[in-house]
Amino acid sequence: MASAFSTIKIIQPLSFTTTTTTRSPEKSLFDPLKTNPNSFLGSTHKLRLLSSKSSPSQNRRSSVSAVSEVVKEKKLKSNSSLPNLLITKEEGLQLYEDMVLGRAFEDMCAQMYYRGKMFGFVHLYNGQEAVSTGFIKLLKKEDSVVSTYRDHVHALSKGVPAREVMSELFGKATGCCRGQGGSMHMFSKEHNLLGGFAFIGEGIPVATGAAFTSKYKREVLKEADCDHVTLAFFGDGTCNNGQFFECLNMAALWKLPIVFVVENNLWAIGMSHLRATSDPEIWKKGPAFGMPGVHVDGMDVLKVREVAKEAIGRARRGEGPTLVECETYRFRGHSLADPDELRNPDEKAHYGARDPIKALKKYMFDNNLVTEVELKAIEKKIDEVIEDSVEFADASPQPPRSQLLENVFADPKGFGIGPDGKYRCEDPKFTQGTAHV
Amino acid sequence: MLGIIRQKVGCRCTPASILGQSLPRTWPALSAPRSFSSAAKQMTVRDALNSALDEEMSADPKVFLMGEEVGEYQGAYKISKGLLDKYGPERVRDTPITEAGFTGIGVGAAYYGLRPVVEFMTFNFSMQAIDHIINSAAKSNYMSAGQISVPIVFRGPNGAAAGVGAQHSQCYAAWYGSCPGLKVLAPYSSEDARGLLKAAIRDPDPVVFLENELLYGESFPVSDEVLDSSYCLPIGKAKIEREGKDVTITAFSKMVGYALQAAEILSKEGISAEVINLRSIRPLDRQTINASVRKTNRLVTVEEGYPQHGVGAEICASVVEESFGYLDAPVERIAGADVPMPYAANLERMAVPQNSNVLSASVGEPGNLMCPEYF
Repeated sequence: MASAFSTIKIIQPLSFTTTTTTRSPEKSLFDPLKTNPNSFLGSTHKLRLLSSKSSPSQNRRSSVSAVSEVVKEKKLKSNSSLPNLLITKEEGLQLYEDMVLGRAFEDMCAQMYYRGKMFGFVHLYNGQEAVSTGFIKLLKKEDSVVSTYRDHVHALSKGVPAREVMSELFGKATGCCRGQGGSMHMFSKEHNLLGGFAFIGEGIPVATGAAFTSKYKREVLKEADCDHVTLAFFGDGTCNNGQFFECLNMAALWKLPIVFVVENNLWAIGMSHLRATSDPEIWKKGPAFGMPGVHVDGMDVLKVREVAKEAIGRARRGEGPTLVECETYRFRGHSLADPDELRNPDEKAHYGARDPIKALKKYMFDNNLVTEVELKAIEKKIDEVIEDSVEFADASPQPPRSQLLENVFADPKGFGIGPDGKYRCEDPKFTQGTAHV
Repeated sequence: MLGIIRQKVGCRCTPASILGQSLPRTWPALSAPRSFSSAAKQMTVRDALNSALDEEMSADPKVFLMGEEVGEYQGAYKISKGLLDKYGPERVRDTPITEAGFTGIGVGAAYYGLRPVVEFMTFNFSMQAIDHIINSAAKSNYMSAGQISVPIVFRGPNGAAAGVGAQHSQCYAAWYGSCPGLKVLAPYSSEDARGLLKAAIRDPDPVVFLENELLYGESFPVSDEVLDSSYCLPIGKAKIEREGKDVTITAFSKMVGYALQAAEILSKEGISAEVINLRSIRPLDRQTINASVRKTNRLVTVEEGYPQHGVGAEICASVVEESFGYLDAPVERIAGADVPMPYAANLERMAVPQNSNVLSASVGEPGNLMCPEYF
């Protein structure tokens, strides 16, 4: 019996479409200009007719079984004499900076964790940067992001200063939540980061609620310019949780402006995605609920960005939700407490060789978008930012004792608000609770 | 007179607030003529809740109602009757049967600036969504250091219903009452229902609003003040439903009616019982309870929920901590039996507090259902 189960790792999913196979360790680095993209967004019909004519090298579950119309169009146009790049130089530098920031920040977190500066569960994002950067850098400030326990980099991409995130991790009063949230609970009202959620699936309904609000504001409160979009990030493990399905249903039913972004890094702690999910192609669940489902190479920020543009645009135009499965990989264990013994070294090496930061660098060099000097300048700047954040966090004060009992309620005085807008029964000590500290 | 007859026929409990605040709190026997009753308007708890929702939705476009069967069905218990017609499907949102999903959506909407009222068909179903009530709603203001407040109301019928078995018959007051960041309200009368629901909707924090299915159809007299659209009760304040000097009885929701009935019978035996309607489980009005116990020197707590770590247990702890020297007798706790709710009618009756339990406890006999020797 044991051997029967051990084969599961290489079992191929049933081929409902001709493109489905498991991941290919041999698959080379994806180049957005050289693939054979299949149309996807906006048409769930096309999803089922995927690329029966795809080339032999893609006659497996290729690293990208579908990409957006945008990529397709750009590819067609690329036959013209003018170079047709997916990004401008400025955009490239911005993406590069954001990814390097995420990577360097997380590496520093590991150091600080092992030095005892931060504690509890710390989940690092290394390897998945293309997803956070590819999506979040397209957002407006008013758009919101709901993350998981692996939330530091989403916070950084959304614009929360590294100082505040690092300080939060140090448990200091200068953190973005004054040390009351911690690694898994990053919030920033200013940046519309509506939380990191420590439970699998918990963030999805909250994100759907934020999207519901945007629609409500536009349609009921008549705020015509409210076209805010919500991104919900979660992993492959979450896609087996009921809340995922509940919210796909309601988001599609009510045409909410949301993008469900699956960061499929193949592993839910030590549970292989292939061992946990009946049909490992998560994107297929989108069409099942009447929304587009897209699979994209999550190790390629440009690819992610193109898909994200279309999905976010679709949400912003009021055309409803999209499910995007980003095939990615975490370069470290589930958390810093995870010995990471179950993942195959070959698998790690394969994805390690597809580092999204190196891939972007290569693309930009190949297309003469940037120089080595410019990238070095960015790396130096980020090093300084990270150093500064650590110094800042280290020097910051711990939260004062008095802070323990604050913020339990938004209502500062207690007992509710009367019709005149004033507190019916003022009791300044109410929110302090009954405990003696 | 018609009003009295209706009360006697339709209401198993003594109405709590006939006199309102302005009249003396003396309680004639149930059969005594009450000339004042014809002056007070009658309102069912259902209408009280409905009117409170209606007025708050009318006053604030950010308020919306969501839940199963709240719209076209007009509410599983008809609490939302007429609201769909008045406010439309955008604001009276029928949801699929997905508690975790729609409760989380409500919480997310509250994070982002709306004021949702989430209806659970019964609070038993809230367990499907308890993660969102506790982890997403109650803790966010704290975790975000005050950046993300969650103005949301979770409401629906709570407590023992009749003949529906263990999974549909339980009281959640102690469950939610133990969680920091939540406010937990339990109305008894129509006045409570109106005043507390309006307060809950206006409150900037998550409120768990525990109604009682068996009270929905009960009529209570309501004053003009209660009917005013600006009416609102303070959260965290108990109401002394009946003053007394010999024993304090604390109760909430349906049990207030039992306590008042018990007090009525006791008064004929020369025992003057003070009945406290808690109204708010969290925050708990320790001040009013302790002041009463210091006056009467005796305490009986009544609740439908389980005894261990229950609301009564918390009240006992408070009184022992703050008024120990004033107690002339051990505190008596009356709670639901420490078993899942049985289905058989006779067993079910034994499993929830009855008037006789309150009565015997008040005169010093064991009234406590939790006592093992009862089973």
